[in-house]
Amino acid sequence: MWVVPTIPPALYLMLSGVLFTIGVIGALTRRNAIVVFMCIELMLNAVNLTFITLSHFLRSMDGVIFAFFVMAVAAAEAAVGLAIFVLIYRSRETINVDEINLLKW
Amino acid sequence: MAGNVGIIFEWLIFLGLGFASVLASVLLVTRKNPIHSALFLVMTFLCVAGLYILLYSQFIAIIQVLVYAGAIVMLIVFVVMLLDLENELRSTLKIVYSKVIGSLLALLFLLAILYSAVAKSPTGKMGSDTPERVTSNVKAVGEVLFTQYLFPFEILSVLLVAAIIGAVILSKKRT
Repeated sequence: MWVVPTIPPALYLMLSGVLFTIGVIGALTRRNAIVVFMCIELMLNAVNLTFITLSHFLRSMDGVIFAFFVMAVAAAEAAVGLAIFVLIYRSRETINVDEINLLKW
Repeated sequence: MAGNVGIIFEWLIFLGLGFASVLASVLLVTRKNPIHSALFLVMTFLCVAGLYILLYSQFIAIIQVLVYAGAIVMLIVFVVMLLDLENELRSTLKIVYSKVIGSLLALLFLLAILYSAVAKSPTGKMGSDTPERVTSNVKAVGEVLFTQYLFPFEILSVLLVAAIIGAVILSKKRT
């Protein structure tokens, strides 16, 4: 009898790699700081997917804990980062990342 | 036979969620309006939450929906509402060589990821989780989190307090 194989971990890893690369391309090409921020969240999410996949296929709980920590750090980053965006907009009237170059060497 | 049907359904759910998440993230990168990008970000997060459930980690799936799709995207939409982004909508996308080169490098990186995902199956020390523990995922996560990882968990609370204080101080009016 023909048995359907279960989903291999490589497919999950490839999916998370594709999501990560889309996030990288978005963060490099978009100029709106908020969209860049969303792309960074997408990259964090792809990494979380890798953690959970390996945690499931290696039967270990550590990956889940690390994904939890990544989420908490992402929440903290969102709070501070968005406050910084509001401040930048207040002082410079734009959040275009090409025009915010005071710190550029 | 029943097992086969279950696995076929698993494949269908995986393929559907995978393609939906890739499509939503491509739309997230290409849409001009930041609000549309935020909504496609929610869609990507929900698809990934479905994948987490497919991987038997219900706890992370619930946290994903609550924290990412709920709290973080709500914050982003709120900030987009506060800022006036008309100029961004009017401006056209300029082709800059550095960005094209960066995107090509990212695609090269993607090839490396795909190759490394296919070339070797994940190796490592197998953990102690049996399938029975997986069915009570929240309990298992709590047991590991509050015994083995108690100290990092407490450090995490300090980090969150620091973030709250930082956000309050940043958004306070200068006197």
